[in-house]
Amino acid sequence: MENDTPVIVTEQLSKIYPGPVPVHAVNDVDLKVMKGEFTALVGPSGSGKTTLLNLIGGLDYPSNGKVWIRGQEISSLSKSALIEYRLNNIGFVFQAYNLIPVLTARENIEFVMLLQKKSKQERDRRVMELLKEVDLVDQQNKRPGQLSGGQQQRVAVARALASKPAFILADEPTANLDSTTAGNLLDTMVRLNHEENMTFIFSTHDQRVIDRAHRVITLVDGSIARDQIVAVPSDHH
Amino acid sequence: MLFQLAWKNIWRNKTRSLVVMGSVVVGLWAGAFIIAYVFGMIEQRLKDAVENEVSHLQLHHPEFDKDNEVKYFIPNGSDAFSSIQEDQRIKAASARVVVFGMVASAQNSTGGKFIGVLPASENRVTGLEEKLTQGSYFEHDSKNRVIIGERLAEKLKVKLRSKIVLTFQDTTGSITAGAFRIIGLYKTYNSTYDETNIFVRAPDLSRLLGTDLQYHEVAMLLQDPESLEAIKSELGAQFTDTTVESWKELSPELGLMIDSFDQYMIVFIIIIMLALSFGIVNTMLMAVLERVREIGMLMAVGMNRIRVFGMIFLETLLLVLLASPIGLCLAYITIQYLGSTGMDLSGLYQEGYAAYGFKSYIYPKLEDIYYLRIMIMVTITALLASIYPAFTAVRLNPVTAIRKI
Repeated sequence: MENDTPVIVTEQLSKIYPGPVPVHAVNDVDLKVMKGEFTALVGPSGSGKTTLLNLIGGLDYPSNGKVWIRGQEISSLSKSALIEYRLNNIGFVFQAYNLIPVLTARENIEFVMLLQKKSKQERDRRVMELLKEVDLVDQQNKRPGQLSGGQQQRVAVARALASKPAFILADEPTANLDSTTAGNLLDTMVRLNHEENMTFIFSTHDQRVIDRAHRVITLVDGSIARDQIVAVPSDHH
Repeated sequence: MLFQLAWKNIWRNKTRSLVVMGSVVVGLWAGAFIIAYVFGMIEQRLKDAVENEVSHLQLHHPEFDKDNEVKYFIPNGSDAFSSIQEDQRIKAASARVVVFGMVASAQNSTGGKFIGVLPASENRVTGLEEKLTQGSYFEHDSKNRVIIGERLAEKLKVKLRSKIVLTFQDTTGSITAGAFRIIGLYKTYNSTYDETNIFVRAPDLSRLLGTDLQYHEVAMLLQDPESLEAIKSELGAQFTDTTVESWKELSPELGLMIDSFDQYMIVFIIIIMLALSFGIVNTMLMAVLERVREIGMLMAVGMNRIRVFGMIFLETLLLVLLASPIGLCLAYITIQYLGSTGMDLSGLYQEGYAAYGFKSYIYPKLEDIYYLRIMIMVTITALLASIYPAFTAVRLNPVTAIRKI
């Protein structure tokens, strides 16, 4: 896919949580994210960052508007179809790592490919490739509880990449990490962005993430207050 | 993949898994043992009732059973008895004169069933001689000798060599009576039987009835109890002017008791399975609720609802399938051991059991097919019990479950 092709397009995307006082978490957001972008979503707490990521990631349905991923409109898909769509198109990195504690690092990475019913040969090859990418070959047989926070988050990044998604959504990926570990993780993700041309969208408060983003989108009260292109993806190649 | 994940999941909280497995083991062990205990008790009761009381088959005059009138002798009873004795399929047969009347001592009186027997053939059928606790069997040909139960002796306040008077109607309807000397006291496991049944020689009873030796009843023990129905219908065809009845017809209360026990067992098994299912639901629900974030993540990264459901389903099944064989093996060992040594409850419940015709020595017994049936029932219970926790898991909304992506 060319870098001038939008991976994500949202059109007048809104999410209203009903209640005595309806909450407009996301308000008429029009967004276009291009292939290979390293985008940071910033804004104060309650500004709608997570809700916007949930909508883009197909974890939630919008109240209004539409989301296109690689040209397919996903907001009208059924829940089951959305699960299948997420499996094959979207990688997730969670703030709390959210690895499966009973599986080893290797098995956690392999898990998504098992869901995709990939062959053993392909799984083995891809897992090894990813373990090398995140520099965890030596730790592959350890369970999450035996790994440091940074190592766990690197496993989470490898897991997100395992399914060869269109893009990766990461919610505050460095929030639980010390600065050195966070820096190393960022290096890994930047390298993946450069080498694999992988599209990343972060919600973050971390200035180090913001500093390395191509694009910084500031959300205020569910609306885009500022959309700043810092560097074009091709600058990195 | 699901199997591997489910297997690992059940060991993430070993204590909890072992507790639920323990409850399955104990539940199955106790359930199988209770069933075996009751089956053992029933089988013993049945065997004793057949061997000591009603026998496998009995031959009567068609009218005799209605009101036990003494005039209803078996037509050509002696010939029928001889013919039955010659039948190779009949292990033993006893011809009897049966009269109902009053038995009285100097102290007390009560109703009773007077059974006039031919001592040798009766002993082959009921083993009466072995049950004597005092005195002797009908060794001499002396007239008017009687053997009564210890229980009846207590009630009549008589002892060995005491005299009792048997009073009943003869064939003409007149009241007749005879004084009999007690030559033996017997005791069986069934106190009601002991209190009622009084044995005399058949000729003594016939004489009092005012008839020559005729029989009201021929009781038979079969070589092969399985062929009961076939022999019954053959005898029915052979002795057309008689009624041939099996133990089930002769002692309907025994059949009723067996049927009631079957029903109790069903209720009992349902209770065990319910308790088991609530335990499983509780454990699996806990396992799901403490993994809400993880299950949400699994759904977020693309694990569909069928797989999530299957994972919880498999976890439950694995827990139960691991525990069930252990429980059933323990039950098998216990039942085999106690089935050979027996359980002596005489110190505690002898009187109570005897009142209902049960021995206080129980030999638990369970046919192999029941282990399989129990295993199947437990598996079905586990599968049903896993539905609610699995359904709870698939209903989780990944957004709510993980709060943030």
